Amino acid sequence: MSKLHIETTINREPAEFLCEPHETVLSALRNGLGLTGTKEGCATGDCGACSILLDGRLVPACLVLAPEAQGRTITTIEGLSRGDALHPLQQKFLEHAALQCGICTPGFIVAAKALLDATPEPSEEETRYWLAGNLCRCTGYDKIVRAVLDAASEMKGSAA
Amino acid sequence: MDPFRFVAAADEHAARAAASAGARYLAGGTTLVDLMKLHVERPRTVVDINALPLTEIAETPGGGVRVGALVRNSDMAHHPLIRARFPLLSQALLAGASPQIRNMATTGGNLLQRTRCYYFRDTSAACNKREPGSGCSALDGCNRIHAVLGTSDHCIATHPSDMCVALAALDAFVLLSGPRGSRVVPLVEFHLMPGDHPERETAIEPGELITAVDVPPLGFATRSAYVKVRDRASYAFALASAAVALDLRGGEIRDARIALGGVATKPWRAREAERTLVGRPPDAASFRAAADAALAGARPRAHNGFKIELAKRTIVRALTRAGAMA
Ligand SMILES: Cc1cc2nc3c(=O)[nH]c(=O)nc-3n(C[C@H](O)[C@H](O)[C@H](O)COP(=O)(O)OP(=O)(O)OC[C@H]3O[C@@H](n4cnc5c(N)ncnc54)[C@H](O)[C@@H]3O)c2cc1C
Ligand code: SF4
Ligand code: FES
Ligand code: FES
Repeated sequence: MSKLHIETTINREPAEFLCEPHETVLSALRNGLGLTGTKEGCATGDCGACSILLDGRLVPACLVLAPEAQGRTITTIEGLSRGDALHPLQQKFLEHAALQCGICTPGFIVAAKALLDATPEPSEEETRYWLAGNLCRCTGYDKIVRAVLDAASEMKGSAA
Repeated sequence: MDPFRFVAAADEHAARAAASAGARYLAGGTTLVDLMKLHVERPRTVVDINALPLTEIAETPGGGVRVGALVRNSDMAHHPLIRARFPLLSQALLAGASPQIRNMATTGGNLLQRTRCYYFRDTSAACNKREPGSGCSALDGCNRIHAVLGTSDHCIATHPSDMCVALAALDAFVLLSGPRGSRVVPLVEFHLMPGDHPERETAIEPGELITAVDVPPLGFATRSAYVKVRDRASYAFALASAAVALDLRGGEIRDARIALGGVATKPWRAREAERTLVGRPPDAASFRAAADAALAGARPRAHNGFKIELAKRTIVRALTRAGAMA
């Protein structure tokens, strides 16, 4: 079967890649485009490690077929920092030590970005409920929730 | 995944034309792609229907709502019309899956999601639903998550949807469009009991496309609740769930809707239980009597007997919550 030519926008830049129909956006990002920040945990939609923004919506890249990316806009963890300046969420994850092995971290940060895009001042309950689709086997979640809430208040401060 | 041909359909006509034998429509993909990875689904053609204009939520005459087949579960859950008129439906949607999955999952795909029976998802196990006539590994295997209502000697798998339970309580309709024209099927008849043919799951015919779901007006649905009980507080399939609505006037129940999830082979409407409530006060005794009626026909297997009492208490909790609403 001949490969499909897919044109998208990834992290604000036009991007194109070749793929088989039965590849996922996750494998296209990691293998075709060298964007290995997005992780594969379960590959079945359960863990959230592969979370990306597709046209601004939080989705698991492991369940999106690569050809579905045609004409769409993708944001991955690599698109959050500006140059060397980390996104406040990235900074707060470091400060709160909200990670251990780190495999879940890109997914959490992208999911948290989607939360803050829609709800700039989430309550702790809203934050926990929103992040329920992201699994972490190391941290016990508490530091992650603190980091997200801290980033939210800092972002609110800098926006004012 | 096994190789397949990918077709991005521009409109309904193109979609149906591409849907030859062995094809599958692709909506959110959260069931289809998952099962393709497990080789449970092996379509020869995947027809992407995401460009079709089936994304509207619109009011229908008399106070009902029509929801397009491609409306995402998260968008339906947060829509003002759904939240205001059918709170149980919004609650059911938000009780399902994760934000990521709800952002992709569609109305049509949710109706057609497949069972979470472990043996169905494992191609090395015998499963009548996946491979007719091969046997059912769950009957004498691990059946803690399996159904106690509507089972047969050939399959005891639950229908896993939360959304469909609320839609069953609301007497919703499924709108279909196919080679032989359009038709409307009541949701409670859309899903089939396993009987002798667990591989036949719904009334949909090959090539048919779900275009929308109609939720007819139901004034008292504002007094409603969806309660879901699972192994952890969020992000798991239901062990038992109940969607209920109560028509309360003058301290008396005039009408009621009760549907169950997690315990039955299809989204389960408990009409017998509804009838026991009519003319009674909204109190603990009435609710318990309704719960007993709803589970009267339950048939447990080795590991799922606990679901009978669990489902009864879930019904009582949901009715109590609806009854206490202002
Ligand atoms: C990790 C995980 C957790 C989940 N947890 C829950 C939960 O707690 N509660 C719950 O209710 N659900 C849960 N789900 C299931 C989820 O709700 C379904 O997978 C989803 O609703 C399916 O919708 P979709 O649009 O992604 O379907 P798809 O995967 O695109 O399609 C499913 C099937 O429907 C067919 N189809 C789709 N649209 C149409 C149409 N318009 N016309 C005809 N055929 C069509 C496809 O061909 C396919 O066979 C979970 C799923 C995952 C992966
Ligand atoms: S319960 Fe149904 S789906 Fe599960 S193994 Fe038996 S036949 Fe298959
Ligand atoms: S890798 Fe996609 S959800 Fe786990
Ligand atoms: S830090 Fe290891 S899984 Fe979260």
